[in-house]
Amino acid sequence: MELTTVWFMLIAVLWIGYFVLEGFDFGVGILLPILGRDDRERRVLLNTIGPLWDGNEVWLLVAGGATFAAFPEWYATLFSGFYLPLFLILISLILRNVAFEFRGKHDDVKWRAWWDRAIFFGSLLPAILWGVAFGNIVGGVDIDADKEYVGTFFDLLNPYAILGGLVTLSLFVTHGAVFLSLKTLGDVRVRARAIALKSGLAAAGLAVAFLTWTYFQRDGAQHAGWFMVLAALAAVSLLAGLEATRRGREGWAFIGTAATLALAVTSLFTVLFPNVMPSSLDAAWSLTTTNAASTHKTLTIMTWVAAIFTPLVVLYQGWSIYVFRKRLGVQHIPADSPVVAAAEALTKAAANTTP
Amino acid sequence: MDSLGLARWQFGITTVYHYFFVPITIGMAFLVAGLQTAWYRTGKEKYLRLTKYFGKLFLINFAMGVVTGIVQEFQFGMNWSDYSRFVGDIFGAPLAIEGLLAFFLESTFLGLWIFGWDKLSKGVHLATIWIAAAGTLLSAYFILAANSFMQNPVGYQYNPLTGRAELTDFGAVLTNKVALVTFPHTIAGAFITAGGLVLGIALWNLIRHAQRDADAFRSAAKLGAATVVVAAALLAITGDRQAKVMTEVQPMKMASAEALYTTTEGASFSIFSIGTPDGSEETFSIRVPKVLSFLATGDFNGKVEGINDLQSAYAAKYGPGDYSPNVAVTYWTFRFMIGIGMFGALIAVWAWWRIRKGKGFSGKLAWWAAITVPFMGLFGNSFGWVFTEMGRQPWIVFGLMPTAAGVSPSVSATEVLISMVGFTLVYGLLAFVEVKLLLKYIKAGLPEIPSAPGSGTDSSTESEDERPMAFAY
Repeated sequence: MELTTVWFMLIAVLWIGYFVLEGFDFGVGILLPILGRDDRERRVLLNTIGPLWDGNEVWLLVAGGATFAAFPEWYATLFSGFYLPLFLILISLILRNVAFEFRGKHDDVKWRAWWDRAIFFGSLLPAILWGVAFGNIVGGVDIDADKEYVGTFFDLLNPYAILGGLVTLSLFVTHGAVFLSLKTLGDVRVRARAIALKSGLAAAGLAVAFLTWTYFQRDGAQHAGWFMVLAALAAVSLLAGLEATRRGREGWAFIGTAATLALAVTSLFTVLFPNVMPSSLDAAWSLTTTNAASTHKTLTIMTWVAAIFTPLVVLYQGWSIYVFRKRLGVQHIPADSPVVAAAEALTKAAANTTP
Repeated sequence: MDSLGLARWQFGITTVYHYFFVPITIGMAFLVAGLQTAWYRTGKEKYLRLTKYFGKLFLINFAMGVVTGIVQEFQFGMNWSDYSRFVGDIFGAPLAIEGLLAFFLESTFLGLWIFGWDKLSKGVHLATIWIAAAGTLLSAYFILAANSFMQNPVGYQYNPLTGRAELTDFGAVLTNKVALVTFPHTIAGAFITAGGLVLGIALWNLIRHAQRDADAFRSAAKLGAATVVVAAALLAITGDRQAKVMTEVQPMKMASAEALYTTTEGASFSIFSIGTPDGSEETFSIRVPKVLSFLATGDFNGKVEGINDLQSAYAAKYGPGDYSPNVAVTYWTFRFMIGIGMFGALIAVWAWWRIRKGKGFSGKLAWWAAITVPFMGLFGNSFGWVFTEMGRQPWIVFGLMPTAAGVSPSVSATEVLISMVGFTLVYGLLAFVEVKLLLKYIKAGLPEIPSAPGSGTDSSTESEDERPMAFAY
């Protein structure tokens, strides 16, 4: 196999890792105000991803770095072309990530409410924008003969790409809800399961619509047949995951939604190949695995590095997930400071008196 | 301002801001690991309390380092796409390797360290912070190898067919002599910063609350002072090595560091000077004879090339143009870097001496020492990087690609402006919050260690599974 093809597949693997892992912590962030009814419950939600989110996000950094190393032209066109969406993603990630760290470090209800908003919007916006970005990558954008993106910001917000954004949003919410039902106890667990079913059905509808549109959008793609098989498998594993949720088999449900994300990303990369960024102006101007790639020498070195270290990363991240495998409930959250506890009681009392 | 100017300002802002957190992360990871090791080996509670105290400050800082680091990696493609196309074959590899080898290690093992106090055995838990610390070193090496390629491109060949620089020798890129001298200098810079922070905080506690945990804070002050003194010595030695390599590969940067316009043998080093803003004419200065020559060449009578001669040589080689950086910036940042680093070391020596003599800390002088010492390393690093990067101008890759040629052609000045203003506002806000939080936890003093669950007095019957987490968000 060509090394450029190997690297195309490796980049796909990195995005799969990113979507499967950060997918659930985006979901948890979006569900924070919905599933967490008081501060303690919100802390349960946050602590399920507490030790993991940072390692999850590194998959994005490595996907970016690997694209830079293996396909510099792809990295350059994509990052300069999708400038404002990436800016919004970066701002969201910054606010969301410091919010995790800062939220609990000051005992003040308003303080926590502000960071809760940062976590919610900082998860919501990237969850949508990554789908929009992938919709535009797969659907094709205006790239000229110099490999430069010549469209505008608003061109990126086309209906097909926005549908892609809704797909990632609904899938991440479902994946996050399933993750929470697997990792929590008590009320939160019950509510998470109910939400997973609702958002899962929405996700299934949106995903089928998006993948069907993709099939027509990329009419005549080299591997259209394989794309259909993978897309169908993605849909099947989502439905299987939902059925497992309904039956209360949360471990299987999580495997189901994780497989859905992995298969969906694989199907998109399959329909993309051998392009990496098709041009909607002229097919000859499309960026491909060959015209966007680094030299054989660089790819060879990077292949060795990836072959040795990627399994190692998977091993120790797997160990970390294993170490923190225990379900969390409100009883595991250390007692609040008197200030926050009193304020919580007041809000509860207020909520009870107003019908 | 055009998109080039804005993109440069943005790079400056994001890099300087990011680099407030990086050296603290690198240095503190090791100091906290050291404190925890002391607890592991001696069992003394003061070390555990110090570990948790400085560990908390370390984590508040680490979160900021991570989020600003993502911007660092993405902005090459966003603002400097032509640069990325030109050097991606060489420059991308160390960046990708940094992520794969170092970032995964740091983030995963720090997650284990933060939340793993009650989940891992003492020894394994201690190992996680050491692994994370090792990750910071790996990260530093690969990113410095990438930066060194911009200062002194090696291991590549220009391919006229593809119009880009292509890798010929990856070993040469990783063993770039600039990288080999920059790495120890940068790491020493990280330790002087973290040491200064520990020293300053410990002194502040000793002055403000003389009776509160004095023994623990004297240990911390000693650790901080020793770290600063040793790091300062290493900075001097490695800085001297670095100056000689710089003179060899980027003589214009050395000449600009002194604002030396004419080639001189036995050149003096000015500690301070007043002149025209660009430094081309001088009205007053305090000079140390022959020191510049020694710094640049290792010989007190060595010849240091001047800006004017280098300018003519470069114009002959690369065509017409201005090949000198902003001399006022390089001149002053070079002095500030050295000056405040030495001042920080002086404070540390003084503090160390007082601790050794068994003397206490009180009064205005001690208070000023405590307040200033953390900033000496912090700003010394900033000045050093501004000098290094501004001194490279007008090149983005020295001798190979002008900065003006690297900027993204498809990104408008408005877009750069939007992102620059956006990032700067968020950075400003977060800096305010971060400082507020750090001060809060500094003032709170050492945390109490709750008695181990299940040991004696804990009469509760709740099973192990029902116990609250040792650490929770």
